[in-house]
This record gives sequence, C-alpha cells and structure tokens, in this order.
Amino acid sequence: MRSIIKTSFAAAVAAAIASTASAELTGELKIISDMSNPAPRAVMEGMVADFQAMNPDLDIELTIVDREAWKTQIRNALGANPPDVVNWYAANRMRPYVDAGLFADISDLWAEEQFAALESTKGAMTLDDKQWGVPYTYYQWGVYYRKDIFEELGLSEPTTWEEELANCQAILDSGRKCYTIGTKFLWTAGGWFDYINSRTNGYDFHMQLARGEVEWTDERVRQTFANWRQLIDMGAFIDDHQTYSWQEALPFMLNGEAASYLMGNFAVAAFREGGLTDDQLDFYQFPKINPDVDYAEDAPTDTFHIASGAENMDNAKAFLRFVTSAENQTKINAGDALGQLPVNSEASIGDDKFLQEGFEMLSSNASGGIMQFFDRDFDAEMASVGMEGLQEFMVFPDNLDDILMRLEETRARIYQ
Amino acid sequence: MATAPIVPDRHPPATRGWYKRNEIALTPWLFLAPAMLFFAVYVIVPIGQSFWISFHEWDGLGEKTWVGMANYDRLLGIGDQNIDRKFEVSFWNNLRWLILYLLAIPLGLFIALFLNQTVTGIRLYKSLFFFPFVISQVVVGLVFSWFYLPREGLLNAILGLVGAGPINVLGDPDLATYGIIAAGLWPQTAYCMILYLTGLNSVDPEQVEAARLDGAKGWRMLWYVILPQLKPATFIAFVVTIIGALRSFDLISVMTNGGPFGSTRVLSFYMFEESLSEFGFRMGYGAAIAVVLFFIMLFFIVYFLWSMYRDERGAR
Repeated sequence: MRSIIKTSFAAAVAAAIASTASAELTGELKIISDMSNPAPRAVMEGMVADFQAMNPDLDIELTIVDREAWKTQIRNALGANPPDVVNWYAANRMRPYVDAGLFADISDLWAEEQFAALESTKGAMTLDDKQWGVPYTYYQWGVYYRKDIFEELGLSEPTTWEEELANCQAILDSGRKCYTIGTKFLWTAGGWFDYINSRTNGYDFHMQLARGEVEWTDERVRQTFANWRQLIDMGAFIDDHQTYSWQEALPFMLNGEAASYLMGNFAVAAFREGGLTDDQLDFYQFPKINPDVDYAEDAPTDTFHIASGAENMDNAKAFLRFVTSAENQTKINAGDALGQLPVNSEASIGDDKFLQEGFEMLSSNASGGIMQFFDRDFDAEMASVGMEGLQEFMVFPDNLDDILMRLEETRARIYQ
Repeated sequence: MATAPIVPDRHPPATRGWYKRNEIALTPWLFLAPAMLFFAVYVIVPIGQSFWISFHEWDGLGEKTWVGMANYDRLLGIGDQNIDRKFEVSFWNNLRWLILYLLAIPLGLFIALFLNQTVTGIRLYKSLFFFPFVISQVVVGLVFSWFYLPREGLLNAILGLVGAGPINVLGDPDLATYGIIAAGLWPQTAYCMILYLTGLNSVDPEQVEAARLDGAKGWRMLWYVILPQLKPATFIAFVVTIIGALRSFDLISVMTNGGPFGSTRVLSFYMFEESLSEFGFRMGYGAAIAVVLFFIMLFFIVYFLWSMYRDERGAR
C-alpha cells in the first residue's frame, strides 16, 4: 500500500521518539482503563508492562474499571484528583467532556510526524477543530453470514438491495429467518438504521441528521424507513427480538435458524466460540441501496484521552505516542490479542480473514465516510430516544408516524 | 442515669457543672444527636438539593443554568407543550404497581394461615416459602425472565400443554409491566407471609377458644377474631408493600431495562435514566422527576404517620 521506504522511515521515527522519551521518563503515570473484558484486559496490562520495561524509573499506576460501569463513573473520575490517561469513545461521545474542559486538547501531539499515520481516524477525534484524544483500535461492521446456508441455497453475496431482498426471500422460503438481531438493549437497531439511512441518503445526509440539522419527518428519512420496512414486512428478522440481548440472539445463527447477522467484528469471536468454523462463516459489506450513493461504513473507534487536570502531562503524552506506534498497534490488535483493526496505517493487520477483509473494505471501499455508530454520532439524548423509536418501529412498523413525530419533538428541543 | 449513693456522702458536693444540672433534659438529645445529624445530612439536605437542582439545567459537570419551572412545565405539559409521554407512561405504571402489589398482602396472609400449624418439618416448609425474599431481586428478575422466554421459557411450555399459544410476556408492551409485577409479587408475598406468621404467634389462644365456644369458625372466625388481632402486622405489611411498589427498580432494570420501547418504565427508573444512565446526565430533569415521586411517596408516608399517631393516642 505504501512504499517500503516510507514505512521504515516512519518506524524509525517512532522508534526514535519512543527511545528518546524512554530515557527521560520519571515520576508517575496514572491510568484508568475500561478494558475489563478478559482479552482487552490482558492487552491493557501487556501495554503497561511494555511501557514499564521501556521506562524502568516510571511509576505506573493502572486501574481497570468495568466497561459498563465506566460509562457513568468517568464523570466522577475526571472531576476531582483526575488520573492522567483514561479510556473513552470517539466522536460526539467526547462532547460533554470537551465542553466541560475535562479532556486535554492534544492537537500538538497530532501535529507530530508520527501521527500522520493516524490520519484516517483524525476526523473522529476532532471537535471544534482540535483533537482531544487518540484512538487505539477500531473494527468494521458488516453482515456476517452462514456461508454453508448460502451455498446450500445457491446464493451469493449481494451487492445491491434487489439482490439482498431476493436472497432474503430465498432464505425465508427455506424456512429460516434472514437476520438475527437482539434489540433489548436498543443499540443493535441503531446499526441497521445507520446502514439503511446512509445507503439510502448518503453519508452527508446521515451526519446532518446526527447533528440535528434535518427534521426526522423529512421525506428522505421516511424513505429510509420505507426501505427498512420492506425487510420487516417480509418477516426477515427473527421474532421476539425485543426480548434478546445481542448475545442471546447468537444461537439463532449458530443453530442455522437465521442466516446472517449485521454486527461489529467483535461478534466473530462469539461465532467461533459457538462452534462455527471459518468454512461456515463469512462476511459481506452491506449492499448498496441507492446506486448513486457511496459506501459509508460503521467503524466505531475506542480511544485514550488525557485529563485536563493531569499532573503528569508529558508522561501521559509519551504513553499515547507509545499506544499509537506502529509496533504496538500491530501487537495489540493482532488476532490473539484484541482481534481488531490497528489505527496506525504502518501497522500490519492480524492474520485473520475477517480482519483482512474488513481492513480492505474500510480502506478502499468506504469512500462515503466512516460513521462512529448511532449512539456515538448522535447527541446522547437524541440517541436514546431514537434507538427506542427504532426498536418500536421494528416491532410495530405501523407506528412510524407517531415515532417520527416523537423523535422530531425531541430533536427540536435538543438542538434549539 | 445517675443513681443516688446508698451511703450518704458526707462531703458536700462541689457546685455542680452546667451539664450536671441539665442532665435529664440534655441526655435524650445527646443520644438522638448522631441519628439526627445523619438523617439531616443524608436525607433532609439531599431532598433540599433535589428541589434546588430541579429548577436548573445541569449536566452534572459544568455550570448550572437556572431555568425556573421549565423542567416541570415539560414534565407535566404545562403551557403550550405536550405532557412528557415517558412521564405519563411511568406514572400509570407506578399506579399499576401500587395496586397490584397489594395482592401480596392477602396472598401472604393466606400462606401464613396455611403454614401456621404443627406438622413434622413445618420449619422447613416455612423457610422454603420464605426463600424468595432472601435471594436478591436481581436473581428473582433473572429467573422470571427465563421463565418468560418466548421459546425456551417454562411459561410457554405450560401454556403449550393446555393448547394456548406462545406469548412473549416481556416483549409485549401491554403485558410486560404485569409480567414484572408478578415477578415482584413472589418475594413480596414471602415478606408479608413472615410478617403474618409472627403476628399469628401473638394471637391470644383464649380469645380463639372463647370464640370457638360461641360457635365461630371458618371465615367468621378469621374476619372477626383473628384479623383484628393481626392489625399491627397488616399495617406493617401495607407500609412495606407500598414503599416496595414505589421503589420498584431492580426488577425492571434486570428484566426489560425499561423496554420494550419504554413501556415498563416507572418513575424511579425514568429518573435514573434521565440523570444517571449511559445516555443521561440531565440532572435537572431527573431531579424534577424525583421531586414528583417524592410528593407521591409523601402522600402515603404522611397517611401512615398520621394513622400511627392516631393509634398511639388511642392507646393512651
């Protein structure tokens, strides 16, 4: 993709920065991380161990907090006596902390040469023309499907909406459901909306809607729901999905009662644990709906930030440099670690067909733009009201007018 | 209390200190002071803070903005706005909880009467009936949500046996709240049962004997002889059940998370969602809901306090 010379040059620069920094670092570094699931936890602890080995005199204090709990605890943590480095999410989810002045502006870090390799995620870290954190991993979304079922029915990966609908009809005729989904915790429905809306109206329109610049009762939004309704009316989704979490919806696909699942790449580990082999499981990009619209993809980014009240600013910045360095990115995103995509374009992708395919898709076939996901792009209150409406629509599509009116009321109030 | 020395003290006491002179009046207050202090710090002051915050718009981090009654206007639909529909749904669900939760009292009484006998192993049966109250509400919620599962759940297996169609209790916006209340009744019935069991211990056997001689039995015995003696237990059962219904939160959070599409919210859950959940942090609005909930609770609490006060005066 890039010339070897440039790669090695950047690696050398990264190494140089890392080594010069390591000679100087003393004092303390306090990190609070939300990487509490087993694999991420091992990764986080490994990163700290590596950073410690590079800086023997540095006193690193790592606290790992439950990932769900952190979503509400971060406020208190950043308030009084803040740590130096914390985990969070990209895009609009940073907004409250940026507005409250709790995240440090690290635009100077992004101006450094090493960060040129992170260009693709810069937009997601930018608010008010400044950068407020660095990404450490991201992952693609797409349709994961049962290859063996597709082969049995003689179907191929769809690239247009018509093919998608035709495939689905064939799957339904074979006594299966097209898609499994669990909407109990709402956000999974947000993925469907992101894709159908951005494929129907384009990335720019989707982001305008996210910023509250378009009315929910707009005709174009209705078109999105009309497209979605085609699937709902066919009975494409499993029954009673409002009762299941995304994990509880997995068995439908594992048992072959449903043929595919629109999900993030983290689901692959769950599919494999559930007994699907790589021969049975495959991935395709969400098909085009409006042929004139470029592909836009959901690729949520997880991030590190420096608290504005950090006492060890230099150490914290050195840690962020280390986290995003090509070498570390390759290591932590490998198939046996996080199993996700590295944010540094000089890093190499794990040896896994889904990672390879996902990276290929995001780097060469997502010219529309990268979305962070419904609940990160939209304002928090809009997102919660919105996802509830999406869930209701998926169960009672006839309530659409009422739902849209409610969402529009909320939009008008929030973005006044 | 200072006790008078048995042998008269021949040395006249030095002039007693101020505390010694006022000991009788002060000591009760000293003993009350820690409780009053903590009650003030952890109950009274936060109530005042909730009222104060409810007049602001505040994300919990930055500056508070004074908005006056705007939060209440939006909540109750005063002026040109529509009433907040989430609030409306939550309010009616709270009422459903209040009314249906009271079923725990007759159910608990019935089980207590049934268990109030001496047969071998009755202690074991009693503890088995009491068991659901001992386990965590979260576990109760989980067990019931498995029970209600649309495909694998036991409920649908039973319904299938009698030929009734499968229903998805927690996925149906019209049924979900009742499904959760049924789950809540399980431990609450056990609680009421234990209250009545202890009450039945103190029923005067002579009165029962006398009533029997007068030919009372069955329902008349229960209604005219037993129940009046159980009045204190009934009162406590009412208090804990009503407070329990208004506090219902954990079951909703575990079983439906407020869904499907918000149909099982109650005021306490809505308050949590607005102010403390992942997409929340609208502290002012959350506080306004808390204030409304406070007044609803206050209505009951005042009634209970008043009837307790009345009973104590009557007893004198």
